Amino acid sequence: MDYLLQALLSFLATACFGVVFNAPTKAIPYCGFVGAVGWMVYYVLFEYGLEEVQASFLGAFIVAIIAHLFARRYMMPMIVFSVSGIIPLVPGGIAYNTMRNIVELDYITGLQNGMRAFMISGAIAMGLVFAEVIMQLLFRFMRKGKTSMQSFVKAKRPR
Amino acid sequence: MINNEQNEMAIDCFLLAGRIMMESGAETYRVEDTMLRMARSQNLGDAQSYVTPTGIIFSLGKTQPTRITSISLRITDLHRIVLVNNVSRKLTSKMITLEQAYDELKQIEKTNYFLPIIIQVLAASIASSCFLLLFNGMWTDIPAAFVAGGVGLYVVTIIHEMTRVKFFSEFLAALVVGTIAYTAVNFGIGTEIDKIIIASVMPLVPGLLITNAVRDLMAGHFTAGMAKGAEAFLTAFAIGSGIALVLSF
Repeated sequence: MDYLLQALLSFLATACFGVVFNAPTKAIPYCGFVGAVGWMVYYVLFEYGLEEVQASFLGAFIVAIIAHLFARRYMMPMIVFSVSGIIPLVPGGIAYNTMRNIVELDYITGLQNGMRAFMISGAIAMGLVFAEVIMQLLFRFMRKGKTSMQSFVKAKRPR
Repeated sequence: MINNEQNEMAIDCFLLAGRIMMESGAETYRVEDTMLRMARSQNLGDAQSYVTPTGIIFSLGKTQPTRITSISLRITDLHRIVLVNNVSRKLTSKMITLEQAYDELKQIEKTNYFLPIIIQVLAASIASSCFLLLFNGMWTDIPAAFVAGGVGLYVVTIIHEMTRVKFFSEFLAALVVGTIAYTAVNFGIGTEIDKIIIASVMPLVPGLLITNAVRDLMAGHFTAGMAKGAEAFLTAFAIGSGIALVLSF
C-alpha cells in the first residue's frame, strides 16, 4: 500500500514537472512514468539498506535507460524524459540542510551535508552518462554497418 | 556567387537551430551533433562547430565563412527542443529543403510554446504537495506547501520577465517561499517548517543545470561544463540565501 502511494505521488510530481519544463503535452504522462520508476527504484533500494549515493546512482541509471527507450520509441530527444525523471532524486533536502547549518554557524555539519549533496548529484549524473553510453554501445552492436555516433565523429574530420 | 549565398543561408539556418536549442536548455553535445548532422545533409562535410552556453561559433571549413551567435537567455523549454529536433530530422532525411527548414525554425523562434502561467503555477503547487508527502511530510502541511510552491514559481516567472536578472528573481522567490512557510507555521496551519520549505523550493532547484554540467564535463566540453556549473552554483546560492534570510530571523 505504501509502495502504491509512493508510486502514485512520484508519478504526479514528475508529470507536473513536465508541465513546468514545458514538455510536449503528449509526452507528459511518459515523463511521469519515468519519474515514478526512478523514484521507486531509489525508494525500494533505500528501504533495503543501500546508501543514498548508490541508490541515487541506480535510480538515475534506470531513468536514463527508460528515457533512452522512450526517446527512440516516440522520436523525441532523450532529455525530454530524463529531466523530469531525475527531479525526485535531486538532493534538495540535503542541500537545504547544508544551507541551514551554515546559517546557524555549524560549519562542520554543513560541510558534511554539502559533501553528501555533492556526492549524490555526482552519482545521478554518472548514472545518466553510464546508461547513455551503454545504450549507445548496445544499439551500435545491434545495427552494425549503419552510421553510428562514433563513425559520424570520425567522419567529420577528414585528414 | 550563388553558392556563397547558399552557404550564408545554410549557416544562418544551422546557427538558428543551435541557438534555439541552447536557449531551451539542450545538452552541448546534442547541439553540436544536430548542427553537424544538418551540415552534412547539405553536403557541407567540413563544417566545424564550437558550442558554449553563452555563444556558438560555426564554420563551414577552411576557406568558407565563419559566424558566431551569442546566447543571452537560458530557460528550460523542452517543447522547442523537440520541434528543432524534428526539423533537423526532416532535413537530414531530405524531406524538406534548407529554405523550408529555415522558415520553420524562424516560426519556432517567434512562437511562445509555454502553457498559460496559471496551469504552470497549478502544476508547481501539485508537485510541491506531492514532494511534501514523498519526503515523509505530514498531511496537514499540504495546504502550506501547495500555496508556497505555486507562489514561488509565479514570483520567479514574473520577476524574471520584469528584471531579466535570473538570480535576483530566484532570491526573491526563495524569500517569498520562506516567508509563507514561516507564517504558516506561526499561525498553526503547518507544523514542520523544514519539510514545507524543501518541498516548495523544488520547482526552483537547478537540478537540470547540475546534471547537464556534470554530463558536459564528462563528455569533454569543459568550457560548457564549468559555465553551467557556475550558473547552477549561483542559482543554488540565490535560493539558499533567500531561505537563509528568513530562517535567521
